[in-house]
Amino acid sequence: MEVSEKKTSATAARKIKKSNLYRDEHRAAFLFILIPVIGFILFSMIPFLISLYASFTDWNGIGQMNFIGLKNYQNLFQDKYFWQTLSNTFYMMIGIPIGLLISFLLASALSRKIVGKTIFRVIYYIPVVSSLAAISILWQWAYNGDFGLVNQVLDLVGIEGPNWLQNVSTVKPAIIIMAVWKGVGYSMLLYLAAIQSVPRTFYEAAELDGASAFQRFRYITWPMVKPITFFLIVTNIIGGSQLFTEVNIMTPTGGPQYASATVVWYLWRQAFSNWKMGYASAISVVLGIIIFIITALQFYMNRRSSYKLD
Amino acid sequence: MIAPLLWMISTSLKDKSGVFSLPPQWIPDPFITDAYTRLFELDQLWSGVKNSIIVSFSVTIIGTITSSMAAFSFAKLRLPFKNMIFLLLLIGIMIPYPSIMIPQFVIFSKIGWVNTLLPLIVPGMFGNITMIFFLRQYLSNVPDSIVEAAKIDGANYFQIFSKLIVPAIKPAIAAQFILWFMGAWNDYLAPLLYLNSPEKQTLQVVIANLNASYAIQTDYPLIMAASVISLIPVLTIFIIFQKQIIESVALSAVKG
Repeated sequence: MEVSEKKTSATAARKIKKSNLYRDEHRAAFLFILIPVIGFILFSMIPFLISLYASFTDWNGIGQMNFIGLKNYQNLFQDKYFWQTLSNTFYMMIGIPIGLLISFLLASALSRKIVGKTIFRVIYYIPVVSSLAAISILWQWAYNGDFGLVNQVLDLVGIEGPNWLQNVSTVKPAIIIMAVWKGVGYSMLLYLAAIQSVPRTFYEAAELDGASAFQRFRYITWPMVKPITFFLIVTNIIGGSQLFTEVNIMTPTGGPQYASATVVWYLWRQAFSNWKMGYASAISVVLGIIIFIITALQFYMNRRSSYKLD
Repeated sequence: MIAPLLWMISTSLKDKSGVFSLPPQWIPDPFITDAYTRLFELDQLWSGVKNSIIVSFSVTIIGTITSSMAAFSFAKLRLPFKNMIFLLLLIGIMIPYPSIMIPQFVIFSKIGWVNTLLPLIVPGMFGNITMIFFLRQYLSNVPDSIVEAAKIDGANYFQIFSKLIVPAIKPAIAAQFILWFMGAWNDYLAPLLYLNSPEKQTLQVVIANLNASYAIQTDYPLIMAASVISLIPVLTIFIIFQKQIIESVALSAVKG
């Protein structure tokens, strides 16, 4: 009796001590994450909820928010500028596959042992770290119809270049080329890391089995870099759907006939030039939903075709 | 690849008419630094540099401390619902900035923060979820046993963080700090939103405004000189730490 009583009191004491220890740890853990969690609630979650609510109101940012139901959304779907900026935004995403292809080829070339690899990596990465504002200013000048770098280079091979940013048909390609130029170093770096992580023995074994260069690419390199491609496509689409700085600096009025205006640029206009905050909030909600759907779809497709190396 | 950048430097060293010479000159003739002299006389440039320094340093230094403490807690400490909270934060980075900037702007204007540097500084001080994510990843390589051992030795959690964890993940913290600093220095959208008066603006907004106002006068040497100046700090940091930056970027993507 006595013994068992002692035993229970001892376990109880241990339990108390243990729970005290846990309580200490919980408290410390809680305090350590508290600041970012508060930041998230204050600066992301609450504004997001306000934005969601504001999209159903006629808010102008100063006055009251009057609930007007789905009116903003109805107007939005009939707003030809909204559709145009949305299609512009997607149009400019054709730069994504082009950029990925170029960076993959560059990475393949650099993955062979060539002289000055570090220098190449640094050179291709310089545009990535450069400020988008400065780069946009630089390219705006490079696209100058009469004296810009681009047309002078074209002139060398006998092509008379257009006034890139003033032409409906060339303003989007101009922005795409610049975006590819700026982003290629980043994708290349990731591809390079992925390619170099493939064990050499795979290629040697494949070669012994008589696999052609294309087969080696198709069945070894491609599956190995697939996760990187997936990551890059997802992040590029998320980034590409928020294109703003380039457009705002290079074509401050949205380009000829709104040819380069993107959704975020239009949202910005509506919110901070026209003070139609409710309407702009509706645009931002639609944009957020589009981004979410595309990302979820990609995750779904990637899961179905995922490939694991044992 | 860097031809456009070289051309930018070349343009900045020309005189106003040299810019329009055909065929184009790669080596400016006359070779003059007049654009820089005129640029350095502009007050906006210096206030822009000062504001950019204030914003980038205060955000990244304090934000790095709060982020790494949170990363330590998420990776190594016991807390109920910890993973759920972390997941919630990760969903948070999926919210695009344009979706929250309107209410943010209205809130900050209600408390009188518009046209001050505070809206650019304060949110960043609460930490950066991307950084928390990568440091947490990195901390999974640090064995739990060293934390347990320190607990038995009677160290408190703050000591464990500062004496054990920080030294163990110093390279990762440094790389993330540099990446964040470059991002903060290069930021354009938020400063454009919050800063109206020239003496409050950060360097990126200043050069964009110079671009808008001097392009009419076709003063391209001055505009290019301003762009060169705005790129110098980040490019210097990049060249010095290129090995660490490139390794950290490559590593983070392969792991994540």
